Amino acid sequence: MTSPLQPVSDHLVSALVRDEPRVLTRITSLFGRRGYNIKSLSVGATEMPGVSRMTFVVSGDRGVVEQAMKQLDKLHDVVKIIDHSLEKYVDRELVLVKVRVENTERRIEIRQMAEDFRARIVDAGHHALTFEVTGDEGKITAFIEQMRTFGILETMRTGRIALTRGSNADIPSHIYHDGETETLQPVLQSAPREGKAREVNNMF
Amino acid sequence: MTGAKALWATLAAHGISTVFGYPGGAIMPVYDALTYYPEVRHVLARHEQGAIHAAEGWAKATGEIGVCIATSGPGATNLVTGLADAMMDNVPLLAITGNVARHLMGTDAFQEADITGITLPITKHNYVVTDPNELPAIVAEAIRIARSGRPGPVLVDIPKDVQLAAFTGKLVKPQAAPEAISPRPEAIHAACELLKTAKKPVLMVGGGSQGASKEITEFARAWQIPTITTLMGLGAFPASDPLWLGMPGMHGSVAANHAISQADVLIGFGLRFDDRVTGRVKDFAPNAQIIHVDLDAAEIGKIVRAHLPVKSDAKQAAVALTDGAVPFEVPEWQAQIDEWKMRGEHPTTWGAAQAVRQVVARLRPDDILTTDVGQHQMLAAQLARFEKPRRWLTSGGLGTMGFGFPAALGAAMAEPGVQSIVIAGDGGFQMTSQELATLTKYDIRNCKICIINNSYLGMVRQWQELFHEKRYSEVYLGDSNPDFLKLADAYNIKGWRADNSADLETAIDAWLSHDGSGLLEVVVPNEHGVFPMVPAGAALYEMIENEPVKVPDLGDKMNVMASAANTEISTEASQ
Repeated sequence: MTSPLQPVSDHLVSALVRDEPRVLTRITSLFGRRGYNIKSLSVGATEMPGVSRMTFVVSGDRGVVEQAMKQLDKLHDVVKIIDHSLEKYVDRELVLVKVRVENTERRIEIRQMAEDFRARIVDAGHHALTFEVTGDEGKITAFIEQMRTFGILETMRTGRIALTRGSNADIPSHIYHDGETETLQPVLQSAPREGKAREVNNMF
Repeated sequence: MTGAKALWATLAAHGISTVFGYPGGAIMPVYDALTYYPEVRHVLARHEQGAIHAAEGWAKATGEIGVCIATSGPGATNLVTGLADAMMDNVPLLAITGNVARHLMGTDAFQEADITGITLPITKHNYVVTDPNELPAIVAEAIRIARSGRPGPVLVDIPKDVQLAAFTGKLVKPQAAPEAISPRPEAIHAACELLKTAKKPVLMVGGGSQGASKEITEFARAWQIPTITTLMGLGAFPASDPLWLGMPGMHGSVAANHAISQADVLIGFGLRFDDRVTGRVKDFAPNAQIIHVDLDAAEIGKIVRAHLPVKSDAKQAAVALTDGAVPFEVPEWQAQIDEWKMRGEHPTTWGAAQAVRQVVARLRPDDILTTDVGQHQMLAAQLARFEKPRRWLTSGGLGTMGFGFPAALGAAMAEPGVQSIVIAGDGGFQMTSQELATLTKYDIRNCKICIINNSYLGMVRQWQELFHEKRYSEVYLGDSNPDFLKLADAYNIKGWRADNSADLETAIDAWLSHDGSGLLEVVVPNEHGVFPMVPAGAALYEMIENEPVKVPDLGDKMNVMASAANTEISTEASQ
């Protein structure tokens, strides 16, 4: 549901999902069918066997993102949804950038620029340098923009990943008004097949 | 024990007494193992679509899970329509499909289809069983998922070698259903406070309320709130109650649609504000504060704004809201509603409306009425009067032609002591008429078929008449319809025919009093529409109350209809 009052923006959302076949397809097909726009998606294993973590960047207004999260939450494979906009979080992205090197002068210039961004050289060729940069979205975008002037040959970004700040494991989203902070333990218990039904408390 | 036997043992342990299905190569071990489990009755349909609609009919009538079985590939894909139907109407359903052996999966083997991939968006969840020892746990979990929360279809795909493999695991007991979601006291308090401020209150009851009929009826009566039941909610509130206003939406009653348009507080229970209910969304209940009670958080705020969301099971919310009820005394609102209720009467000339009226007038409170999709469906929804929940089975969300007859058959088997009447059109009936064989095979005696034959795909014809200047493109069936009585006779089923009001009365008597199932064909003139009607894209208050005079006089309303329909006609025509 789009409302003209709410600007379209990017939202960072994480989902803990059961590590089962087709989970990624299920989630992306849900996004596709309902017309939600995923700008980036990264998936990886967690510290818990059988549970993977996905971080999405969804673009749309608040209503679209809430609806997307509620629809995601209905999927059986989704253990928990975290809306990072409701908590303090850290987020990172990794990018590999291959930059053209025309001559030695340029090489020095590029290396200096890279040092300012704390970019590491992961491969060096006669006519190209490949950098690895991690950081938040702004830093990575800025680095790419700087490198563009030298001539970028290739880039690959991983998409954003995020964790809630603080010593607690991810706090359930406020959308569901779960209230008290939970550790990941209850989540783990609900993941195995014969576990008890996952509970989502009342939204109101 | 084999995987196939473990499947039957698990189904039997869950109290599943009847399954509907059709065998084939990749499900043969399951059918072989069936011979060891006489406690489960298998009903052989004549098409997988018939089997799954019958399972849906079973589930909709009883509220219990329906089960159907098909083989791999074409067998499994023939379930697709029924799965989508069950998903839209929240029918608890378990579909078991065979698949090719594990080592053949992904090789385009004979009769292989990626049925879990195909059904991913139209099931609540689906599984491929890759380890025979996991089979009982998966089936038990599938049943729990299908039944719990907002019910829906779950598919379990079992490769043939898993069915044949030695089973060395443990059988599992049925999983307990999760506890129903109860409303937060703050939400109930806020809802009560809001209700108390209402001068023009309206209650809308949807399909999610079928299991909470008693509690919702008590709630409505305690507050004295005028009550509307949606197409899926028919029967969840007794039609004989003076508070009842009928059905809302495209073919809803004058009273229901005007009441929604003028209400100041609208409370909705277990409904999802389908586009057929809301009309033009921005003008739906424009003056109302909306309280939306639903257990699916994703439905609250999906289509219409909810000023007060109450995430809850319908039953518990109704009980909580009944406490502290203050009966409304809003005589002016009541008088206005009474005036609306007098309007929008159907013409008394002979036609589909009168035929449906004469048939549904004979319904007894326990009788089950199923319909197909189209004009007869909307007429039945407008004219039938249901006193109890789960007596009205129709394909509401997906609008599946071919649903009515097999669903009636499934319902008739679920409740052998109850009469199950299907009203179908001549178009829809032919989509699943092969299930007449199932009727005969199992000697089902309480399934009564009524075909309203207007020789057209009537609803499409109505839209072509209104929005396409009567260019009746590919909707005439009359030149090639079968002789329905001969068709029935071919399956050894007795038939009657009527083409006028007096003959119909006599025929209905004979049809209903016949000891056994029977088919009644009612031949009606073809150019009749269903009214009232809210054109697609129009607001509920822009409804056309009566069938326009046949001399084409396209006044303002018709122009609204034509322009509104132009944008939507391609997707709307089939209902």
